[in-house]
Amino acid sequence: MDDFKKPGGITRRNLLAGGGALVVSFSLTQAFGQSENPPPPPPPTADKPTLPGALNDDPFLDSWIKIDGKGAITVFTGKAELGQGIKTSIPQCAAEELDVPFDAIKLITADTFVTPNEGFTAGSMSMLNSGTAVRNAAAQIRELLIAQAAVKLGVDPATLHAEDGHIVGAKGEKLAYADVVGNIQLHVNAQPVSKLKATKDFKVMGKAQPRVDIPGKVTGGQAFVQDMRPEGMLHGRVVRPPSYHATLIDADIATVEKMPGVVKVVRDGSYLGIIAEQEWQAVKAMRALARSAKWNEKATLPDINHLPETLKSLAVQDGVVADNKTPAVGVVKTVDATFTRPYQMHGSIGPSCAVGHLVDGVTTVWTHTQGVYPDRDAIAQLLGVDKPKVRCIHTEGSGCYGHNGADDAAGDAALLAQQVPGKPVRVQFMREQEHAWDPFGPGMVTHIKIGLNAENKMAAWDYELWSNSHGSRPGSAGALVSSRYLSKPFPEDPQKLVITPLGSGDRNADPLGYDLPHKHVIWHFIKDQPVRQSSMRALGAYCNVFSMESAVGEAAILAGADQVEFRLSHVKDPRGIDVINAAAKNFGWTDWKPAEGRGRGFAYARYKNHACYLAIAVEIEVDKNTGKVRLVRANVGIDSGEIVNPDGIKNQTEGGIIQSMSWTLFEAVQFDRTRITSVDWQTYPIARFGSIPDSIDIEIVPRPGQGFLGTGEGAQGPTAAAIGNAIRDAIGKRLYDLPLTPDKVLAAMAAPAAA
Amino acid sequence: MSITLNVNGQDQTVNADPDTPLLYALRNDLELNGPKFGCGLGQCGACTVIVDGKPIFSCLTPIAVLEGKKIRTVEGLGTVEKPGPMQQAFIEEQAAQCGYCIPGMMMRAQALLEKNPAATETQIRTALEPNLCRCGTHMRILRAVKRAGELMQQAGTGGNA
Repeated sequence: MDDFKKPGGITRRNLLAGGGALVVSFSLTQAFGQSENPPPPPPPTADKPTLPGALNDDPFLDSWIKIDGKGAITVFTGKAELGQGIKTSIPQCAAEELDVPFDAIKLITADTFVTPNEGFTAGSMSMLNSGTAVRNAAAQIRELLIAQAAVKLGVDPATLHAEDGHIVGAKGEKLAYADVVGNIQLHVNAQPVSKLKATKDFKVMGKAQPRVDIPGKVTGGQAFVQDMRPEGMLHGRVVRPPSYHATLIDADIATVEKMPGVVKVVRDGSYLGIIAEQEWQAVKAMRALARSAKWNEKATLPDINHLPETLKSLAVQDGVVADNKTPAVGVVKTVDATFTRPYQMHGSIGPSCAVGHLVDGVTTVWTHTQGVYPDRDAIAQLLGVDKPKVRCIHTEGSGCYGHNGADDAAGDAALLAQQVPGKPVRVQFMREQEHAWDPFGPGMVTHIKIGLNAENKMAAWDYELWSNSHGSRPGSAGALVSSRYLSKPFPEDPQKLVITPLGSGDRNADPLGYDLPHKHVIWHFIKDQPVRQSSMRALGAYCNVFSMESAVGEAAILAGADQVEFRLSHVKDPRGIDVINAAAKNFGWTDWKPAEGRGRGFAYARYKNHACYLAIAVEIEVDKNTGKVRLVRANVGIDSGEIVNPDGIKNQTEGGIIQSMSWTLFEAVQFDRTRITSVDWQTYPIARFGSIPDSIDIEIVPRPGQGFLGTGEGAQGPTAAAIGNAIRDAIGKRLYDLPLTPDKVLAAMAAPAAA
Repeated sequence: MSITLNVNGQDQTVNADPDTPLLYALRNDLELNGPKFGCGLGQCGACTVIVDGKPIFSCLTPIAVLEGKKIRTVEGLGTVEKPGPMQQAFIEEQAAQCGYCIPGMMMRAQALLEKNPAATETQIRTALEPNLCRCGTHMRILRAVKRAGELMQQAGTGGNA
């Protein structure tokens, strides 16, 4: 752990206090002519100019970048490394605009004592928010350095430029950043417009930059919160109830307390925890305590055999997602289909972990949460202390893909740390705890009707979805699972219907990608959460795009049209057209020849309707004896705006395709009426190497000068739909109920052909 | 009780109960980060290490049965400064997203390639079947293992740095 990660080390406050230099009077607005073309900004407030990216929330330049007297550059981001590569791509932005080598940038990620508050690292927005903020801050600081150098050299700033850590003049003048930075006040507000470098001049951005974290991770370096071993660390475990609404009758605490190495057994209401000297001792004590515990359980879970009906029967509040107020005209043929998605889990390979440490009244928690600030707020409430008495420091964990057990583990580490002041406590969930207590991606039902007119064009689009919120993240203590079992429990936050352009359950449900004379989209928002649910990669966009693009595939068949041509005839956005053409061309769509047991499928969506554009063509094989489907190959066209790290975009997209393939072909959380029964990788199987495609090809459509659009979640929905469409192509029948398992393939093949 | 384990070529004494899984001894007593806790059930392979040339689930193997056996972890394949062929190949292919499953993947692949550095893609896929990756890095892992085989053949070694 470096100095920034030690309690009492460098904090934001003392970093900010370190300035005290001359304030340069300098109007950035006047100086800069060039602007980037960002995606839709948040609505401007009355008294505040709109600033680029997350500068809008934290406008001080030195919140993002600090240059010390020796010219050493530190970049601060409120976002967290989740395996998406921001420890590499965000420094690329700073290095580019400051014109220094990539290695010259030191990056500090999410820490409530040090970095800006950037909420959650979610929604494919790290580059859009934080990357944009850092890039613009770096560009503005570069211009401040140039201006200060001009004063020092007595020359016109227009004759100076930044080059490799120096300000260089037309006549050979040269000043290192260290020579001028001492006279610059960086604790100033950012300006709305920055003088950004043109793509053609890039030295660091747009190049495949090797990930900074990979060498350590492949050689046994300390890389994850699981790898922390601070001096004197104890090992914590929790005993979770066997089901959501269980209450503890009794547990044999006295016997477990006497087991070797046990430091403390904690009971608070129905909450049980163990603290032990050695990890294996903690595991054995946890198991003994769990065996001894007697619980009252309640059967509160829905009937999994009738999940769609159950979801539709729950109390709903309707919200209009889209309505162009134009009646459907000229419809002669209709596609009418209902799709369903089960509960699905994040499935991190490493169960969640956190280290808590109470020192002098301040609880520090090293956590792989996606949101250090909201998690800090929840933990402060859980402990009944003021927010500054809790510090959350992001430390990498196993990939999370959304709101998994990370925050819960942080809460448990904080709770157990209170029992042993001065001693760090490492809480590690067991596999069955990570599985059963995951806030799953919620089950959904969708119903779509697409009307074709006499010209075989989509003339009418009616869509409705039944879904929970896809959001029960922290912010308040009730979001942390342990809080519900304490003798003074915290209530869960009430779920609310919220419809925004970002979308949640309704994400991507507005069919903005297609030119449609009539559209009407309704969200039947389900308030009750009989099964714990929250945000999983792409939220509702996974099921919505699966449903919508499956129905478009069916509409193309009904129209007698080619899948690619049919889509192109309804897409107006040239950037959408470009990714569709890229995917189709690279796949060899027009030359593809049908073969026994093979099928091809296509899908397209612009993620969230304002993020990356992605089109995918896939080929699958179906074993008609077993019903088993394998994705054989995939060709993708993606437009993520200005490219920072092209290899990062490819890595994320390949991963998104394989993960979505796994959700689509294999995954459904199992439960009886009382307990979650998906508790390991046998009861919740995911893709293994035997089901991995032969090839995945990604073409990135470059967009020099455009804003960052983000990448991480763009493939989830289109991949599912492309696979569904390819199965339809291979067997002549469509599957509507995720996951698309062999038994459903066989049942569909055995069913009579549609009229 | 005290047990001597030979890890990455060195004898090391561990004071722990004989039923302690090797994974806990490696991670906590010997402070090695490579082997990871994933499931404790032998279902995911994150804990994979090599014992006497064979890949094993260290989460399921008690230390009591390991005295006198040669245990190898990813730390034994090389260092950041001098990576072994398997590590070099994973760096070259940028074969990680979160990277949590990767050391287990590397050790299972190492055991395969030490027997057959010219393993085919099908053999590699079959060998890696016990190991799970949730980020979907499989295509890169496959490329990296093939690349590692090439590097080993070029070097004419069994793969240690």
